[in-house]
Amino acid sequence: MRYLTDRKKAMGRGPAHSGTERHWFMSVTAVALAFMVPVWLYIFGTTLGQGRDVVLETFARPFPAILTGLVLFVGMRHFAMGARNMFEDYSGGATRKSLIMAANALSYAVTATGLFALAKIAL
Amino acid sequence: MAPPNPVNRPLSPHLQIYRPQMTSISSILTRITGNGLAVAVVLMVWWLLAAATSDAYFEVANRVATSWFGDIVFTGSLWAVWYHYLAGLRHLYYDAGHGLEIKTAERLGWACVIGSVVLTVLTLLIIRIGV
Repeated sequence: MRYLTDRKKAMGRGPAHSGTERHWFMSVTAVALAFMVPVWLYIFGTTLGQGRDVVLETFARPFPAILTGLVLFVGMRHFAMGARNMFEDYSGGATRKSLIMAANALSYAVTATGLFALAKIAL
Repeated sequence: MAPPNPVNRPLSPHLQIYRPQMTSISSILTRITGNGLAVAVVLMVWWLLAAATSDAYFEVANRVATSWFGDIVFTGSLWAVWYHYLAGLRHLYYDAGHGLEIKTAERLGWACVIGSVVLTVLTLLIIRIGV
């Protein structure tokens, strides 16, 4: 008889060898975004189309600045993982690897650019 | 030892085999809207960077963001974000072990489609008219 718990036997199994970690990551970020996105839509929607002075004034305030930063960071990580899932479903080999790297690069570049812009406006 | 012979297996979800159904179409739409949202995010961040930089740069980015092209991207993405939102909630509901009967699953698919249109119109009304 092997003294292994059911959980221990299941660990490291499955094609990804990381269990349900990615699925759980998507659930966590999805719930976070579900709370933030409706409020953010209102802030961005009412600011888009205004003059530069109003835009600067809006994103210099703590709440819009912090919320926009959070939506960008969490949203782009959620996107990178979702895109990775898509590429793993529809492509293989070097194409798959390149596309996953590109999605990650885009996601981090967009996040960094957005955070830089927010910092410049708010500080 | 002979080199491994790569087998050209079909990739999931075998789109060319299955007849389109509400459950599959609503799932595929979730993926399309989620990934498509990247376009609007890039445009939004560019617009924000321009606002942070200078009057002249903001002039350029704002003209693009509020042009017919910007309107199409942002209005389309507003629907996309609401669709993805509702479909995501549905996913969490499925994960909890609910709504998996075929009838219910199909009804939830329609709820996502109709609900996303309603929420898009409502958001536009609130933002544009300031209800």
